Amino acid sequence: MTTFLLRRLGASLLLLLLVLTFLFFFLRLLPGNPINADEAQRLTAEQRQKLQRLYGLDRPLPDQYVTWISSLARGDWGTSLSQQRPVSAALWDVLPATVILASAALGVEIATALLLGVLAARRRGSALDHAIRITTLLFYSQPLFWLGLMAILLFSYVWPVLPASHMRSVDAELMSPLGRFLDLLRHLVLPATVMGLGTAGATARFIRGSLIEVMGQDYIRTARAKGLSERRVVWVHGLRNALVPFTQVFAISLPLLLSGSLIVEVVFSWPGLGRLAFQAILTRDYPLILGATTLSAAVVILGSFLADVLQVLVDPRVRDA
Amino acid sequence: MRKRRGGLLAWGAGLIAVLVLVALAAPWLAPYDPAEQIDPPAALYRPPGTELAAVHLKNGDWRLADRLRRTSTGLEIERLGRMESLPASEVANLTPDGVADRRLFLLGSDRFGRDLLSRTLYGARISLAVGALSMVLALTLGVAVGSAAALGGRWVDAVLMRGVDALMAFPWMFLMLALAAFLRPGTVTTVALLGCTAWTSISRLTRAELLGLRNRDFVVAARAMGQPPFAIFRRHLLPHALTPVLIQATLLVGNLILIESSLSFLGLGIQPPTPSWGNLIAEGRETLIQAWWIATFPGAALALTVIAFNLLTDGLRDLLDPRA
Repeated sequence: MTTFLLRRLGASLLLLLLVLTFLFFFLRLLPGNPINADEAQRLTAEQRQKLQRLYGLDRPLPDQYVTWISSLARGDWGTSLSQQRPVSAALWDVLPATVILASAALGVEIATALLLGVLAARRRGSALDHAIRITTLLFYSQPLFWLGLMAILLFSYVWPVLPASHMRSVDAELMSPLGRFLDLLRHLVLPATVMGLGTAGATARFIRGSLIEVMGQDYIRTARAKGLSERRVVWVHGLRNALVPFTQVFAISLPLLLSGSLIVEVVFSWPGLGRLAFQAILTRDYPLILGATTLSAAVVILGSFLADVLQVLVDPRVRDA
Repeated sequence: MRKRRGGLLAWGAGLIAVLVLVALAAPWLAPYDPAEQIDPPAALYRPPGTELAAVHLKNGDWRLADRLRRTSTGLEIERLGRMESLPASEVANLTPDGVADRRLFLLGSDRFGRDLLSRTLYGARISLAVGALSMVLALTLGVAVGSAAALGGRWVDAVLMRGVDALMAFPWMFLMLALAAFLRPGTVTTVALLGCTAWTSISRLTRAELLGLRNRDFVVAARAMGQPPFAIFRRHLLPHALTPVLIQATLLVGNLILIESSLSFLGLGIQPPTPSWGNLIAEGRETLIQAWWIATFPGAALALTVIAFNLLTDGLRDLLDPRA
C-alpha cells in the first residue's frame, strides 16, 4: 500500500510540475505581456525596456522558467500589482471564503444527489426514475450565473427573504458570535444552493448507477435473506458499498466546484478565490492571475490524490492489490 | 422503456433543429434590427408586451408614444408622461385615426430602447455559431493530437497524453480566464480559446479508437500489402474511428455554448454591441431589479439550448450503450 501511495504521490507532483510548466509557457507564448498591455502604450521604448529588465522579462525564457518554479517552491509567489502585497497573502486571505462556500455547496450537492440517486435506483425503470433523470438533466444544463441571478431576483426582491450578495451584513461586527454565524448562514443559502444544484445532477446519476450495480450483488441477497428491512438493506448495505467509488466523485466534482465558485462568487459578490481571480484579470494583475490559477490547479491535483488515498482506505480490494 | 429512450433523442434533436432554424432565420424572424435605437428616451426599459405608437417625422426622426389622439391640427401624443402636440405637416405616417406604425416590444426593451426579442434571436446566431466553430477547431486539434499519440510511437504518446492530463487538471474557468486576460477579447478570440481548451476529450477518444483499430485484420492486411503508413491512416484507420469521435464532438457543442456564455457574461468573451446570450445577461444583471426581463429571457433561451444538447447526449448514450 505504501508503495502505491508513494507512486501516486510522485505522479501527482509530476503532474503539478507539468501543469505549472504548461501554464508558464502558454502564457508567455501568447502575444500579450504586462509591459505591452493597452494601458502601457504611452510608455517610451526606454521605459518599457527598463520595466522588462525590472520584471526579468528580458532574460531567456528557460532562465525565467527556472526562476519562477524555484521561487514558487520556496513559497514566494511574487507581488500582486493591484494590491501591492505578496500574492500568497492575497490568496491566503480569500481562501477561507471559498472553502466555506465550496463545502456548503458540496453539502447541498451530496444531500440532493443522495436523495434523488437512491430514489431513482430503488424505483428503477418507473415514471419516478424517468422524472428524476429529467430533473438531473435540467440541473446540470443550467448556466450557473443565470440561475444565480434568477435566485437573487426571486428570493431577494420578489420575495425578499435572503440577502442578495456578500458574505456578511454590514453590521455583522456588532452581532453576537451566534448572530454572526446565523448571518453567515443566511448569506450562504443562495450561492451554495445554486452551486450545489449545478453539480448535483451528475452526482445523482452516478449514485443511481452505482447503487443499481451494488443491489445486484450476492451480499445484498444475503442481507435480504437474513430478513433485514428493505430500508436497512438499501441505506446500510447497499449505499455503503455504492459509496466506495463516491470518493472519485469528489475528485471529479472539485474542478467543477472551483469553476462554479468563480462564476457564483462573481454573481453573489462572494469575497473568495474566484472573485479575486476575476478582479485580478480586470486589473491585469499578472502575478495574481498566475497565482490563483496555480492554486486552483494544485487544489484539483491534491483533491484527486486525496480521493485515491481515501479509496485505498475504504476499499480493501484496492488496498491489497 | 425503449420508447421513452427514443423520446429523449427525438426531443433533443427536434429542439436543436428548431433552434438552428430560428438562428438561421433570425433576420426574417426578428421584428426589428437588434441594434436599432428609436427614440431611446421613450423606449428604454419597457416591460414585455409594451406596445407603442411609432410616429415618423418628416425630418427623419421618430417619436414613440404611449397614447395618441388625432386632432384637427395634427397629433397629440403622450410621451414620457407628458402631452406633446405635433402639427400634421411634420408627421410622415399620419392616418385618419392616428399613425400607421407601431412598435411592439414582445420581450421588452433594454437600456437603449433596443428590442430584446430581436437581440435574443440574433444572440442565438452568435452562440450557436461560436459553439459550432469552436467545436470544429476542437475536433481538428483533438483528432490531430490523438492520432499522433496513437501512431507516433511510445515517446510521442507519453508526452502528448501527459500534456492532456495536465490540461485536464485545470478548473477550466480559471484556465480560460488566465488565457483571456492576455488576449484581446472578441469573437475570434473566443472561438480560439474554446477550441484550444476543449480538444482534450476528443484527443483521448481518438487515441483509444485508433489503438483499438490498429491490430484489426483489415489494417494488418493493408500494412502487409505494403501501403504507406499515412495512406493506411487516411484510408483505413481514420474513417473507422471518426464516427464515435464526430458524435462526441457534436455533444461538445452544448457545453461550449455554456462556456462561451459564461465568458461573455464575465466580459471576456463576445463583446457588445454584438449580442450574445452571455453578454445580454450581463447587461441584464446591472438592471436586474428595474428590468428583470433583460437577464431572464436570454438566459431561458440559453438554458433551453443546453438542455436540448444534453437531451440529445442522453438519448444517444442510451441508443449506443444498451447497458445504461
